[in-house]
Amino acid sequence: MQAPKWLNIERRPIPSGRTIFTVSILAIVAALIVMAIFFAAYGVSPARAYGAILHGALGNWRGFSETLRRMIPLLLCGVGLTVAFRAQFWNIGADGQLLFGAMAATWVALFSGLQGPLVIPVMFLAGFVAGALWGLIPAVLKVKMGINDVITTLMMNYIAMYVALFLIHGPWKGPSVRGYPLTDIFPPAARIPTIGDTHVHWPTLVLGLVLAIVAYIMLNRTRSGFEIKVVGENPHAARFAGMSELKTVVIAMLISGGLAGLAGVGEVAGVQLRLLDPNQISMGYGYTAIIVAWLARKNPLGVIITAFFFGVLMAGGDVIKVNLGLPFQLINVFNGVIMFFLIGSEIFMRYRIALRRA
Amino acid sequence: MASDGVNLSVRKGEIHCLLGENGAGKTTLMRILYGLYQPDEGEIVLNGNPVHISSPRAALSYHIGMVHQHFRLVPTLSVAENVVLGLDEGTGPFLNYRQTGKKISQIADKYGLVVDPQAKVWQLTVGQQQRVEILKALYREADILIMDEPTSVLTPQEVDQLFSTLRTLVDDGLTIIFITHKLDEVMEISDRVTILRKGKAIATVNTADTNKPQLAELMVGREVVFRLEKNEVNRGEGLLVVDDLHALNDRGLPALRGTSFDLHEGEILGVAGVSGNGQRELAEVLTGLRHASRGHVTLAGEDVTNRSAREIADASVAYVPMERKKMGTVPNMTIRENLILKSYRQRPFSHGMFLDNNAAGENARRAMSEYQIMAPSIDTAVKVLSGGNIQRVVLARELSGDPRLIIAAHPTYGLDVGATEQVRQILLAQRDRGAGVLLISEDLEEVMSMSDRIMVLFGGEVMGIVDAGGAKIEEIGLMMAGERKEGVESASAKVA
Repeated sequence: MQAPKWLNIERRPIPSGRTIFTVSILAIVAALIVMAIFFAAYGVSPARAYGAILHGALGNWRGFSETLRRMIPLLLCGVGLTVAFRAQFWNIGADGQLLFGAMAATWVALFSGLQGPLVIPVMFLAGFVAGALWGLIPAVLKVKMGINDVITTLMMNYIAMYVALFLIHGPWKGPSVRGYPLTDIFPPAARIPTIGDTHVHWPTLVLGLVLAIVAYIMLNRTRSGFEIKVVGENPHAARFAGMSELKTVVIAMLISGGLAGLAGVGEVAGVQLRLLDPNQISMGYGYTAIIVAWLARKNPLGVIITAFFFGVLMAGGDVIKVNLGLPFQLINVFNGVIMFFLIGSEIFMRYRIALRRA
Repeated sequence: MASDGVNLSVRKGEIHCLLGENGAGKTTLMRILYGLYQPDEGEIVLNGNPVHISSPRAALSYHIGMVHQHFRLVPTLSVAENVVLGLDEGTGPFLNYRQTGKKISQIADKYGLVVDPQAKVWQLTVGQQQRVEILKALYREADILIMDEPTSVLTPQEVDQLFSTLRTLVDDGLTIIFITHKLDEVMEISDRVTILRKGKAIATVNTADTNKPQLAELMVGREVVFRLEKNEVNRGEGLLVVDDLHALNDRGLPALRGTSFDLHEGEILGVAGVSGNGQRELAEVLTGLRHASRGHVTLAGEDVTNRSAREIADASVAYVPMERKKMGTVPNMTIRENLILKSYRQRPFSHGMFLDNNAAGENARRAMSEYQIMAPSIDTAVKVLSGGNIQRVVLARELSGDPRLIIAAHPTYGLDVGATEQVRQILLAQRDRGAGVLLISEDLEEVMSMSDRIMVLFGGEVMGIVDAGGAKIEEIGLMMAGERKEGVESASAKVA
């Protein structure tokens, strides 16, 4: 790469925490500026759009509860992804793992015959296991056969989506829904309690916060976390140190997939109360969570903040749709722009770039 | 600070060595000359004119070329493609490979850089790849050629060839800056030598007016013991028995073909041989990193053939691997973490499933002072350390817990004189303690001076084992070339 004469590019040995923080914030600011152009192109003043997003997502209880509701799946998926990413396993498949969690929870709620207070814990357990097993497949494929993790996890999202579609169009279609592709509504015992009449299924939120702390401790203070880090950073050294790459990657992906599965349980049992079209369940949470985990720089505690931030954006997306008549998809554009700037910003962590004085 | 007020002046048409320990700032200085780093202060004067070298491309425009220690080649492209990479050649978007190839062949013939322009780089030996790097610089009409530790990857024959090429280049008017930490090379190839220590230029002397001990003293700032002081060997019980060992290399070809030998406690068995004759595979089979297809490895009476790396490490076997950054350490992790890479499962570093960071820190502080690891703190990432300090980290980890068997592969490879001496003393101390040491090295002088017995590998077979005391270098040289010692039978013949 040839740098122009007025630029001075130098390698930094190791970026400090402050550098990482500053660069991340600057990347978000840059993304906000680019998004302002999109708003302007729709004829809406960017100030008004951002004002509406902030007010709509944080300005009143209704909006804030929507923010929390969006934050829950992002938190669970995002924490799981930090674990996979530490092992340098590029899990793009949280969306599919979430769907499998949702399907497993649905089976427990509607078809297991289980009743009473045990239903919800069993739904979470089943959701975790289903998501974990769906995440296990690409882990084994990568370590055993060298198959690219990005491609398998991504493609398996579509398989999960079509499995869910098959179920709601076929065997699981509810007798009481008059032909719509939906399951029946969950019985009351299979509904996660919410705060008031909002969609904030607080037990899932608490679970997500607790698991963020557990994941942080696991990654930084335990033997498994150490192994995950070593295997991710240098598989040769890991082998030399007698660590099993297969075991380590499998553990990371069981956690990553399992947490996404929990998010799926929360969505069907806390928000939708039935299994329905996969796009309505996941709404791209599994993909947005990639950005959430990346922005948190693979730190599970950071995910609490970044998941909230993206919760604001998603809740704000609803508001600009309703109040300003803008398409909700603008939020997806915004996600893309942020990811773009985040990845682009990595070079600023590794290099010091300065204007050169003549 | 890697370069601190260095003054260096190089005359046209000379071979100028830049001598210094690892971390003395040799490479940093050259990267400034090649435009990869910018100096904070000071200036560069070329042919009497101050110049500003902002990038490698700018360096090339001043006819400065560099051959990096780790080559900058694209393995899947051909030699010709690599040579013209990044140049505006041919007409429009098209390259004229015939013309390029002809020009490359011309340069190659002139300087004895024999290499097929159409060959793919991945098919070439390391020595040939280096020739491609030199060709790249010459094709760009370099007048000044910077060579960063060019011999570290070469066989002795390739070194001879390189040196004769360099002499031809100088006869033709080129100027060569030759970075090294090997005194022999300085004496053999250079006209003048500048010694760097801790980022400072200590002295520049005419090679003809100096000698190795003087250079060594300038380089490390103290006298270096050249002759190893070694205690009498105190050979103990039999420790390791390797019997008819067979294994494949990464490409699935036989690399070990019936290797057999034994090693006792308290002795150093040196393994000599030209690289690629089964040394790597032998070390890997013995440490559980490679599967033996046949034969047996017995450690202290117990059959450990094809045990896992963890089981073998737990059986008190230490391994100092050749690739310190790729195998021996996790470069992005800290000294503290790297030091517990193998023992993190044991007390005091872990309690149940939890790691004890304080115990690991205590361990790191102790290791840093005991092994003189120079680093800002125990939480410094290993990747920013010099080669010598990385090796100290590896040794500190591997030798903790007094292993019975130590397999050391090229333990001083790429290290400066001071670190080399320290590593050798450490290994000798381990032998005196009663450990068995298998020393694999391409440095024949090292094998001869360190070992109690010397084994020579060729084509995955043992050509012979001799006592180091009575060993003649000619005899070992013959065995390295594939001549069997009298009385040693071919393992494959035995089978047939």
